[in-house]
Amino acid sequence: MISESLVDLSRLQFAMTAFYHFLFVPLTLGLSFLLAIMETVYVMTGKTIYRDMTKFWGKLFGINFALGVTTGLTMEFQFGTNWAYYSHYVGDIFGAPLAIEGLLAFFLESTMVGLFFFGWDRLSKVGHLTVTYLTAIGSNLSAVLILIANGWMQNPVGAEFNPVTMRMEMTSFWDLVFNPVAQSKFVHTISAGYVTGAIFVLGVSAWYLLKGRDVEFARRSFRIAASFGLASALSVIVLGDESGYHAAEAQETKLAAMEAMWKTEPAPAGLTLFGFPDEKNRVTHAEIHIPYVLGLIATRSTSKSLPGIDELEKKIEQRIGSGALAVKLLEKLRKDPKNPELLKAFNAVKADLGYGLLLKKYVADVTQATPEMVAKAVDDAIPAVAPLFWSFRLMVGLSLWFLALFATSFYFAAKNRVSEKPWLLKWALYSIPLPWIACEVGWFVAEYGRQPWTIHGVLPTHLSTSTLSTGSVLFSLAGFLVFYTLLLVVELFLMFKYARLGPSSLGTGQYFHEQQGSAGYSASPAAPRSGKEV
Amino acid sequence: MFDYLTLKVIWWLLVGVLLLGFAIMDGHDMGVGSLLPFVGKDDEERRVIINTVGPHWDGNQVWFITAGGAVFAAWPLVYATAFSGFYFAMLAVLWALFFRPVGFDYRSKVNDPRWRNAWDWGIFVGSAIPALVFGVAFGNVIQGVPFHFEETMMPVYTGSFWALFNPFALVAGVVSLAMIIAHGANYLILRTEGAIQERARKAAVVAGALMLAGFALGGIMVANMPGFVLQPGLDAGSAINPLDKVVTLVPGAWLANFKAHPALWLVPAAGFLGGALGIFFALRRRGALAFISSAVAEFGVIFTAGVAIFPFVLPSTSDPKSSLTAWDCVSSKMTLEIMFWVALIMTPIIIAYTSWAYRVMRGKVTVEFIKANDKATY
Repeated sequence: MISESLVDLSRLQFAMTAFYHFLFVPLTLGLSFLLAIMETVYVMTGKTIYRDMTKFWGKLFGINFALGVTTGLTMEFQFGTNWAYYSHYVGDIFGAPLAIEGLLAFFLESTMVGLFFFGWDRLSKVGHLTVTYLTAIGSNLSAVLILIANGWMQNPVGAEFNPVTMRMEMTSFWDLVFNPVAQSKFVHTISAGYVTGAIFVLGVSAWYLLKGRDVEFARRSFRIAASFGLASALSVIVLGDESGYHAAEAQETKLAAMEAMWKTEPAPAGLTLFGFPDEKNRVTHAEIHIPYVLGLIATRSTSKSLPGIDELEKKIEQRIGSGALAVKLLEKLRKDPKNPELLKAFNAVKADLGYGLLLKKYVADVTQATPEMVAKAVDDAIPAVAPLFWSFRLMVGLSLWFLALFATSFYFAAKNRVSEKPWLLKWALYSIPLPWIACEVGWFVAEYGRQPWTIHGVLPTHLSTSTLSTGSVLFSLAGFLVFYTLLLVVELFLMFKYARLGPSSLGTGQYFHEQQGSAGYSASPAAPRSGKEV
Repeated sequence: MFDYLTLKVIWWLLVGVLLLGFAIMDGHDMGVGSLLPFVGKDDEERRVIINTVGPHWDGNQVWFITAGGAVFAAWPLVYATAFSGFYFAMLAVLWALFFRPVGFDYRSKVNDPRWRNAWDWGIFVGSAIPALVFGVAFGNVIQGVPFHFEETMMPVYTGSFWALFNPFALVAGVVSLAMIIAHGANYLILRTEGAIQERARKAAVVAGALMLAGFALGGIMVANMPGFVLQPGLDAGSAINPLDKVVTLVPGAWLANFKAHPALWLVPAAGFLGGALGIFFALRRRGALAFISSAVAEFGVIFTAGVAIFPFVLPSTSDPKSSLTAWDCVSSKMTLEIMFWVALIMTPIIIAYTSWAYRVMRGKVTVEFIKANDKATY
């Protein structure tokens, strides 16, 4: 049996490397489209200041992109190195979107990003703009396919177990691609990336405006970021709500834990806005409860109830019983693969096979499981409430914060009065780290909420690892920690260095640090400082 | 459209093609990276060298990522078994590769000789270590690796990390590294001039000769080592559990495919001929022809290994029936078929826009160009 410390260390390593990778992904997603927008304005108006904006924000994009690529390598190979059984068990389905991601998206993004940086003098204006769009499209396509893979972990459609090969196999590629969970996750995740990119540009531009440096450059960047961000923040909230709807269908346990629904919520289901969940006594203290709302989000109706933890546990207990039978039948089937009666009996219960495997954590022969073991497995099947309850509320709170920031920024940018509002500029500046927090807690809700499964209802996490020694994983974990810390320090150093330099880093001779004795105001000759344009 | 057996053969070929694509595309910038600290004597020369691959290394690296993803999708048991079995070797590759994207992108962003020199060695490590480790890994695969499957198909590797470094594997490692370096040197002959080109020329000759010698020595060793033989009785066209087969070890069996189909000797011949022509054209400063020759050599070397052990792809020494073959390490028919169509449609498109990117950036990179574009180049 796999030791629990191996499973815990493997999970820790995966969580750490995935969280780390996602420090760089959202900015790539968001900035790539902002660059495309800025360059579109350049091509349409011919004003060089927009070319400089594209190049400068492109420099910061590049610093971030390098680490996105670096840390993405780990993600591509870690399933094989540390989750060998997972890779065998679901590779038939899960591997496909990863391979397609390479062929369809990552090649495009990575080839075009080289031309984005190096092709300015070698391509026509429209040619370069096309390259920028292809970079953005490539990075977004990449997100589609990764989220198809991830969506399948949450809602494993279009697949069934094959007792000969001892794994899950694809039965419908279209079910996999058009998995509703994957679709809503994709749009939610990329809009979160757009919000991140927009706040980054907004905040850094606000800093230039506060310092009175490169004002024209900063004001235009601020305006584009505010408009793009407002649209993105609206869509992140609307589409996050769509995610909630699909979570309710596919993963009742996740929703119940997120909402601390100890008991079934009768129709019309209400939403717990706030409270203090108490796992031991299964109550939520100081609860602020709003009727109707959760029913509307999760069932799109006021007539359906939502199952609480008590009801879900009863269902799970039944499925564990029938799953234990499936495990036993499968063992017999391996020795006598052609026996039609065994096959028939197995097919009748194979949908619950995963639930039977939950017992493997406690006993090798699942038919020997005691009622205590079954009770423990049932308890495992509901993710811990408090971490999900709090991180979900943090994420939602932050998204409302972003919406307010963008709406205010958009209002004053439209009135061209941003520079007169230092409080707004400071608000934007100090908000820079927040989208990263929102993104990471969002992933935490999605993936911690999936526990105790790697593939929901199909493969328990504790069976998914490789047969490595605890020491090996401890060693690699330490190695990742050292390398990733070093790389992060270097990345932040360069990011701050270039953000401080601002557009002066382009060497055009037009900007703040390049103009000795300048008061800090500068604009390229092609873009006179009237402020009315854009 | 295709039957399962045909798809299994197609995927064996496609994995080979992806590995070859990786060797040709990422291989040349890894070769350039391995040569960087030696062929570039000062900062400007090194910037010239880096900027010959600057716009392309990222796209090229996707060959590696896609090969990994395709193995996951088409040969999930190989992905699971090899990557977890070669755990520390994989970590070495991964951690070395960390230094490439950041090395390329960050190196020239700070004007400090210590910073730049440190990243130059980072690029070297990120280029040379993976090439060496891949060769060592293939050397071990050809000899067989100690692993088995439990009844649940959980792979268990029972060998040690240090056992990977045996004589044959080291020869394979040298062949791999020398092949990549010769290929990178040929690329530099094409894209640079003057002193850098001269040094690259010398490197191409030395590395090319080393590759040829190693390939010949490896061939002699393979002819004398025990190979694996799949016993008849397996229906290769059906869904197979790898444990349901019988495998025996027979000395010299890795030459059986060549003896049965003498035309296959053309594959190792391509390795020798490509290597020799690479040296020939490098001496004459014909960069493009030398580059094509070393690409042919890479085809010869990679496919010689594949053909020799076919249909095996990951033989097991400790439990021969656990050995993975192109018949039983594969995904379901549906997955193979879908992935085949995706690869068939996308690969020509990828090759087309990659070629276009090289065309846009064509021509020699010079010190003058770097000086004139100080802020816009690596």
